[in-house]
Amino acid sequence: MKSLLQRYSVQLILITLGGLITYLAYEEAIGLYTLSVLMFMGVNIILSTSLNLVNGNMGEFSCGHAGFMCVGAYVSSILGVLLFAKDKVFGAPLINPDLALYFFPLIILTGGAAAAITGLLVALPSYKTRGDYLAIITIAANYIIISLIENLGVIGGSRGFMGMKTVVNTMNDTFDLPWMVIWVFIFTVGCVWALRRYNSSTFGKGVSAICQDEVAAEIMSVNTNKIKTITFMLSSGLAGIAGGLFAYIIGYVNPGSFNILKSTEVLVMVYLGGMASLSGAVLSAILFTILLELLRPLQIIKWVVIPLLLIILMQFRPEGIMGNRELSDLFPKLKRFYRFK
Amino acid sequence: MLEIIIQNIINALQWGSFYALIALGYTMVYGVLTLINFAHGDVFMVGAYISFFTATLLLSFLGVPGWVALALTIPITMMLTAMVGVSLERIAYRPLRRKGAHRLYVVITALMCGLILEHANLAILGASRKAFPELITTHVYNIGGITFTNLKLAVIVTAILAFFILQWIVTKTKVGMAMRAISYDKFAVPLMGIPIDSIIVVTFALGSAFAGLAGILFAMSYPILEPYMGALIGWKAFIAAVVGGIGDIRGAFLGGFILGAVEILVVAVFPSTYRDLIAFTVLLIILSIKPTGLFGIAKTTKI
Amino acid sequence: MTTAPILEIRNLTQHFGGLTAISDFNIKLKNNQMAGLIGPNGAGKTTIFNLVSGFYQPSQGEIFINGKPTAGLKPHKVTALGVARTFQNIRLWNQMTVLDNIKVAQHGKLGYGFFDALMRTKVYRETEDRINHEAYELLKVFELDKFADDFPTNLPYGLQRKLEIVRALSEKPSLLLLDEPAAGLNTVDMHELIRLIRWIHDSFDVTIWIIEHHMDVMMELCDELKVIDFGHTIAEGPALEVQKNPAVITAYLGDENI
Repeated sequence: MKSLLQRYSVQLILITLGGLITYLAYEEAIGLYTLSVLMFMGVNIILSTSLNLVNGNMGEFSCGHAGFMCVGAYVSSILGVLLFAKDKVFGAPLINPDLALYFFPLIILTGGAAAAITGLLVALPSYKTRGDYLAIITIAANYIIISLIENLGVIGGSRGFMGMKTVVNTMNDTFDLPWMVIWVFIFTVGCVWALRRYNSSTFGKGVSAICQDEVAAEIMSVNTNKIKTITFMLSSGLAGIAGGLFAYIIGYVNPGSFNILKSTEVLVMVYLGGMASLSGAVLSAILFTILLELLRPLQIIKWVVIPLLLIILMQFRPEGIMGNRELSDLFPKLKRFYRFK
Repeated sequence: MLEIIIQNIINALQWGSFYALIALGYTMVYGVLTLINFAHGDVFMVGAYISFFTATLLLSFLGVPGWVALALTIPITMMLTAMVGVSLERIAYRPLRRKGAHRLYVVITALMCGLILEHANLAILGASRKAFPELITTHVYNIGGITFTNLKLAVIVTAILAFFILQWIVTKTKVGMAMRAISYDKFAVPLMGIPIDSIIVVTFALGSAFAGLAGILFAMSYPILEPYMGALIGWKAFIAAVVGGIGDIRGAFLGGFILGAVEILVVAVFPSTYRDLIAFTVLLIILSIKPTGLFGIAKTTKI
Repeated sequence: MTTAPILEIRNLTQHFGGLTAISDFNIKLKNNQMAGLIGPNGAGKTTIFNLVSGFYQPSQGEIFINGKPTAGLKPHKVTALGVARTFQNIRLWNQMTVLDNIKVAQHGKLGYGFFDALMRTKVYRETEDRINHEAYELLKVFELDKFADDFPTNLPYGLQRKLEIVRALSEKPSLLLLDEPAAGLNTVDMHELIRLIRWIHDSFDVTIWIIEHHMDVMMELCDELKVIDFGHTIAEGPALEVQKNPAVITAYLGDENI
C-alpha cells in the first residue's frame, strides 16, 4: 500500500491540483487577477528552475536569462499569429484556426527551440572562459537581442507585438476550457520534471562534476564542452518556453519587458531559493511572485522594499532558503510518501 | 574628411572618458575582491545627484561664483560619493563576506543595492528630471572646422589625469601594492600583517570617488539628471572593464575608450537606435578573440 | 605477434613560454608493467602526466596509447583510449556521494544521451542499473561500500586517496597514472597503500606508472625507474641501480664538491 502511495502520490497530487485550478478557472470561481498571478507563478517557476541549472548546478554565472525569454516569446508569438490569426502584417491565418489548440504546444516548443539555438550561440564563446566572463557575454546578449528587436520594424520594434489574444480566444472557442491555465500548468510541471530527471541521471550529474572540479571531470571522461552546451541549451530553451507562455498570457510583448531588470528578477529567484536546489527554486519563484503582487500597491517603493528584504534575508541565510538541499533532504520522512523521478 | 575624423575622435575620447572613469571602479573592486560590484553604475548616478545638490546649494543659496562652486563641488562630491561606496561595502558586502557566503550572493546583494539606490532616488525626488546648473560658461572653439568646448577638453584631460594618478597609486604606493597583493593571494596577505579590510575600504573609496568625478563631469556635459542614468552606463562600463581585462587599470581605461569610440562611430554612420546593438556586438567579438580581455592574463589551472 | 606497447612516448618536449619544462623524454611501457618516475620538485614529472592525459598538448614529440596517437585529443578522448589518473592534490567531487563519484567517471561510456535521460528509455534504465551495480561492486572490492552514500570530505584522508585510485580504476584503464599517491600519508597508511597498489597490479590487467617522492615506496613497487631533473632524463633502469647512480644522488642531495 505504502509503495503504491509512494509511487503515485506526486502524480495524484499534480492531477488533482491541475484539475482543481482548471475547474475553478472554468467556473470563474477565482478571479482573472488571481488566475493571472497563478500563471505568472508558473512562468517564474520555469524561469528560476531553468536558470538554476546553469547558475546553481553548473556553477556558472549567467545574467541574461530574459534575453532567451525574449527570443522564445517573439518566435512563438509571431508563429502563432502568422498561422492562426488575422493580422495586419501577416494577413489571413495560414492554417484553419480550429487547429490552434492542437498546435499550441508545438508553437511554444518552437519558441523554446529558437531560444535554445540562441543559447548555443551564446555558449560557444564561453568554452574558453569560466565564471564571470559568461556574465558579460549573457548581459551583452540580453542587450543585443532587445536592441535587435527594437530595430525590427516589421514586428513592431519597440512598440511591441500583439495578436496573441486572438489565438488564445480561438483555442477557447474550439473547446471551452481555460486553455492558457492548462498549458501553463502542463509546461511548468513538465519543466520541473525534466530538470529533475536530467539532474538525477548520471549523464546530468556530469553538470555538478563540472561545477565541483572541471579538470577532474574532463579527465574522468566527461565531455565537458558537450555537457556545458547541452545544459546551457536546455536552460535557455526552457527560458524560451517561459517567454512564449508569458507572451500568450499577456497577449502582448515588447522588448522592454525583457530587459536586464527582468533578468535580475530571475537571478534573485535563483539565489533566494538556494543554488542547485530545485525545490528551492520552485519555492522561491512562488514566494517571489506573491511578494511582488503583495507589494504592488507600494508602486515605486516596491523596488526599494523588495531589494531591502532580500539583502536582510541574505544576511540571515547567506545560502538562500534551501541552501543546496532539496525538500527530501530537509524532511527525510517525506521520502516515504512520494517519489519524484 | 580629416576634420570629421578628428571631430569624432574628440567626441569619442570625451564619451569614452565617462566609461573609463566608471570602469575603473569595477576593475579595482574586482581585482581586490573578485566581486562584480553591480551597484557601481548607480553610485555614479548618486555622484551626479550629489554634485547637483552641492552645486545648487553653493550657487543659489550661498551665491558663490561659478568657478569657486566648481572648485568646491569636485572634492565635496568625490568625498561624499566615496562615503556612499564605502557604506555599501560596510553595511551590505562585508557582513556577508564574514559569514562565508558564496561569492555570487555578494554579487546579488550588489545588484539589490543598485536597485535600492535607483528607486529610493525615484521615490524621494520623483521622476522629474533635474537640470544641472551651469558652473562655468561654455566656450566653443573652432579650429580648422573642428569644434570643441572647453568642457569637452576638461573631461578628457581629467580622465587622463585620473588614470595617471590611479596608476601611480596602484603601482607605487604601499596601499596599491597591498591591493595587488590581495588580488594575487587572498589568504597569504592577512598573514603578512596587511589589514585587508582597510585596503578593501580604500579600494571602494577610490573607485567610488572617481565614479563621483565622472558624475560631475557627466552632469556638466549633459545637464539632465534622472535616476536611471547610472544603470545602462554602468552595465556598459562593466563590459568595457572586462574587454580591457578586468582587474587592470590600464585595461579599464582602454576598454572605456574603445567602447566610447565604437558608440560614437556607430552613431556617426548608422541610426542611433543601432548604437547598443553594434557596440555590444563589437565588444563580444573582441572578447571571443581575446577571452581574458586586452590586458588580462589567462589564469592557468594547476594540477 | 607483436603487440603495441601500452604507452609509448617519443621525443617529448614541452615549452612554457621561454621555459623548457620537458626535453626529449622517451619511454615505453609494456603490458602489466609497474614503472616509476622520480625527480626533485619542479623536475617536470606532473607535466609529463598532464601531457599523457591530454591536459596539455606537447610542443614536440608524440604520445601513443595502445598504439594510438593522442595528438589533438581532448582529455576525455584520451581517457577513452585507456588512460586514467589520480592527482597530486586529491580532486574528488566533494559534494557528490562516493557512489556518484564512481558513476560519473563512467560518463565516457554511458551509451545513452540527453533524450534518453529525459524519457527514461530502456537503454537508460539498463545502463543506469548496470553502472550502479558495477560501481557498487567495485566499492565492495575495495571495502568502500559502507561509505557509498557518504561525501568524500567525510572520509579520512587515506581513504580519500584510495577512493581516487578506485575512481580512476573504474574507468577500466590499461594505463593507470598515479601522481604522488603517498603524499600526506602516515607510515601505516603508506604501507597500506603499497599493499593496495601491488594488489591492484596483481588483480587487474593494468600498467601502472607512479610519480612518488618516497623512495621506499618506489623501491618496493617498481621494476623500472626513470629519473628526471629540469626536464632532462638523468637516469633510468632497475630501481636498485638507479638509487646508486651518482647523477641521481647529486640531483637529490646536491653536489658534494661545492
